[in-house]
Amino acid sequence: AIENKLSEAFTPEVLEVINESSGHNVPRGSETHFKVVIVSPSFEGTPLLGRHRMVHTVLEEELAGGVHALSIVAKTPAQWARA
Amino acid sequence: LASRCSRFGALLRPSRNVASPMVRFMSDDSHDDFKPKLKTNAEDSDALSIIKDQVSNHDIILYMKGTPQQPMCGFSAQVVRVLHAQGVSFNSCNVLEHPHIREGIKEYSQWPTIPQLYVKGEFVGGCDIITDMHQSGELEETLKEFAVQGSTTE
Repeated sequence: AIENKLSEAFTPEVLEVINESSGHNVPRGSETHFKVVIVSPSFEGTPLLGRHRMVHTVLEEELAGGVHALSIVAKTPAQWARA
Repeated sequence: LASRCSRFGALLRPSRNVASPMVRFMSDDSHDDFKPKLKTNAEDSDALSIIKDQVSNHDIILYMKGTPQQPMCGFSAQVVRVLHAQGVSFNSCNVLEHPHIREGIKEYSQWPTIPQLYVKGEFVGGCDIITDMHQSGELEETLKEFAVQGSTTE
């Protein structure tokens, strides 16, 4: 669901959604800690804080629900190519 | 319920957490002189005004899980490491001890996660952003005026 929402919202070139819950002190099979790597031209011209907020808005439901930690890497295609 | 976030300068005593009924001290290995702060509140709705006071009265304040000496979360620990690497003193608030601040700060910043770093009353970011800014040099720019340790460049 996270992947679909982000896909729709940002039509990303690169999108990875990783469940990192196993690396934290929560029961197996949890979906509480996620890492999102997203590369999209939608981020052009927006500072980091703004980009993260954009992602938060798209994932509002999840954040209000069980997702309790979200790691975000949000880059423009140009930044991604450089890295 | 009492809500307190306070600081204690390492100058006066070796790093040590001392709890007493009225005041809690936290040291962050800094050499600056900070006065301990004492705040109490009874209502959740006061959390927002407490936070407003805190971010206005402290140049750098980190809302985190645990303390700088004993972080209780990997993301909080990472921000502490970055701030120490930047050589700045900072205040911190352990949201695990203050549940209404924990909820209040998310509303105040419109940001869903902890840790949260405020500089000069403005929200700068969480762990990812702080780490990114640290690597890009942007954080050093932002914190330049607060660095207490000598830097290697002019």
